[in-house]
Amino acid sequence: MSKRTPLIQSAATVGLLVALAAGAAHAQTAPTVNLGLVTFLSGPAAGPFGIPARNAAELVTEAINKGTLPAPYDKKGMGGGNVQLVIVDEAGSTTEVVQAFRNLVQRQTVNAVVGYISSGSCLAVAPVAEELKMLTVFFDCGTPRIFEDAKYNYVFRTSATSTMDSVAAARYVKAKYGDTGSYAGINQNYAWGQDSWKDFDESMKVLLPNAKEVTTQFPKLFAGQYNAEISALLVSKANVIHSSFWGGDLESFVLQAGARGLQKESRMVLTTGETAMFRLRGQIPNDVILGARGPYGVLAHKSPLNDWFRQAYQDRYGTPPVYSAYQMAQSLLGLKVAYDKAGSGPELPSMDAVGKSLTGLKYEAFGTNVDMALGEGHQAVTETAYGTFNFNKNTDTPEITNVVYYSASCVNPPANVKSADWIKDGMKGAKCD
Amino acid sequence: MLTFVAIIVDGLVYASWLFLVAVGLTLILGVMRVLNVAHGGFYSFGAYTAAWGIGIYFERGFPDAGSFFVLAGAAIAVGLTLGVLIERGLLRWMYDRDEVVIALITYAVFLILEDAVLLVWGVNPYFAYQPSTLLGNTDIAALPFPNYDLALIALALVIGGVLWWVLTFTHRGKFLLAVIQDREMSVFLGINVSRVFTVTFVIGAMLGALGGAVTAPIISVTPGIGVEVIVLAFAVVVIGGMGSIAGAAIGSLLVGLAHAAAVHLLPQIELFVIYAVMSLVLAFRPRGLFSQAQMRRI
Repeated sequence: MSKRTPLIQSAATVGLLVALAAGAAHAQTAPTVNLGLVTFLSGPAAGPFGIPARNAAELVTEAINKGTLPAPYDKKGMGGGNVQLVIVDEAGSTTEVVQAFRNLVQRQTVNAVVGYISSGSCLAVAPVAEELKMLTVFFDCGTPRIFEDAKYNYVFRTSATSTMDSVAAARYVKAKYGDTGSYAGINQNYAWGQDSWKDFDESMKVLLPNAKEVTTQFPKLFAGQYNAEISALLVSKANVIHSSFWGGDLESFVLQAGARGLQKESRMVLTTGETAMFRLRGQIPNDVILGARGPYGVLAHKSPLNDWFRQAYQDRYGTPPVYSAYQMAQSLLGLKVAYDKAGSGPELPSMDAVGKSLTGLKYEAFGTNVDMALGEGHQAVTETAYGTFNFNKNTDTPEITNVVYYSASCVNPPANVKSADWIKDGMKGAKCD
Repeated sequence: MLTFVAIIVDGLVYASWLFLVAVGLTLILGVMRVLNVAHGGFYSFGAYTAAWGIGIYFERGFPDAGSFFVLAGAAIAVGLTLGVLIERGLLRWMYDRDEVVIALITYAVFLILEDAVLLVWGVNPYFAYQPSTLLGNTDIAALPFPNYDLALIALALVIGGVLWWVLTFTHRGKFLLAVIQDREMSVFLGINVSRVFTVTFVIGAMLGALGGAVTAPIISVTPGIGVEVIVLAFAVVVIGGMGSIAGAAIGSLLVGLAHAAAVHLLPQIELFVIYAVMSLVLAFRPRGLFSQAQMRRI
């Protein structure tokens, strides 16, 4: 016995070494893509936007690593690398957001950053990302100023801008309520709200030139109380009221406006309303026009990718994915396509190579097709959709009816034309069939 | 005419809400000389507890009218629990420190309370709209106003009236005024200042929580609501004069009416109208409208 022990020990040692070597070899063939993921984990935007986005990121990342996404995305990893998420909260002042971005790049040494819901965050982070030469993909923020006012090599956005939301909203109003004589707006007083309103206002002037703007309200972000604004809207007797409110502000506004019967006086257009429909349910008045910043959520087209995403998300989190979840999943998918295209050898492709692959990329995502057509290939355009809310009392479910889809070329400006100029010039070249 | 009526009613509703969230802050500041940043945390806890309680209340099918008692109960429970815990457990050890240090401590408590909200209730919004929708609307000059909002005006009047009566006509109120005037002399006169502090802090905490509880039915209760409120409450307290209840009432009224007028007449200035009022008042009355003359100690 005693003579055999060393032999067994030797065999075990050799076995262990072989296993370690194999593991090391495997580790060498599967490098890690450290991905900084920034979204609201606290604050008023966390529940409606941030957490669904994080959930989607975790779900899709897991599927990417396991290679269980539907074809053609069923190849394991990103560029052969195993994706590891470093999740950071977007809540805080702009200075804190920028500082957190610097930490991700300089201390956590991530390979790329995906994130940002607030337009304010995106406007602040973009130049820093360029300075640090960090591949950064914005997944949700909407202001068109990012690629219209500057040129970036390392910054991308895989969702369309707020121009698409506003133009499509005006087109929907014209198609369904062509006799609109007056309109008003209530939007948050920062980049997103101001840009959304400006584009909607200009679009209405082009599409319904006889309609008159009667009041424009810009309450503070996260104000929560809108009694005076609702009174002003009631006094204005506008036929249509546009709002790009989101998160807790959107939900508070819907509750307060509903209680005062604003929907009886005016038709409300809520460009991000889809995010609230499963939470507020019957508290959203019927006939309110809802958007989802693209064909996402219940407005997403049926496809194997969408079927997989909706089912997997519902199974895991017990609720359907809202548009921020779709946009996050869309960003990660875009990054995966770019990584895979840039190479999948033992080494990760360089950041420049991934950026080059992402520039001008066209790919099928979970709700729609994405075309990185603007901002010299750094800014996506997609189609979008609007519909009318209805709470189905028979089935006890909220639904969107009278849905109209708008092609990307119908509601987005062509390349190298600023959104505001395109709208003012009558949206020349728009193809809406 | 319609706009004028809307400005008055909206202004009064907003002023009432501001008064409800600011009066507890000014009470604590006046009596204890503690700039209580944690007040925003009391507001958040009040709102969340009320929303959570209302959810359970209606889920179990209890009579609708009783939901208003849930709002009051939430405020009392939060104020009592947090007030006693924070004052007895933390602040009473700090009273000999500099006022700035105490303010920083309450800021730390506020951050802890904000995180505690996330820990207890998570990040998803809570809704408690039932008490608001129960009361229906009243048309004033053909404009519908929720009776719940109008009831806030009555509640603010009652709270303000009760505080005024207690301070003016009761022994305990006079003790409180004595402590406000001169803490050391009050001790020599046999007033239990420590107890006055505890009671004041608990009442202030209850008022902060009440502000949150009565707001819950008209908003989406989300993390971070206390941050917005504490800034507004400070503005009202500064305008009225630090520690003055009458000042808080007048400050609320000024801010409420200015805000409503801006929304209706010049929406572009809505964002900074509150701070414009504050700057204007401070330019002429640097210690606020109802500030008390400061004793000079030799």
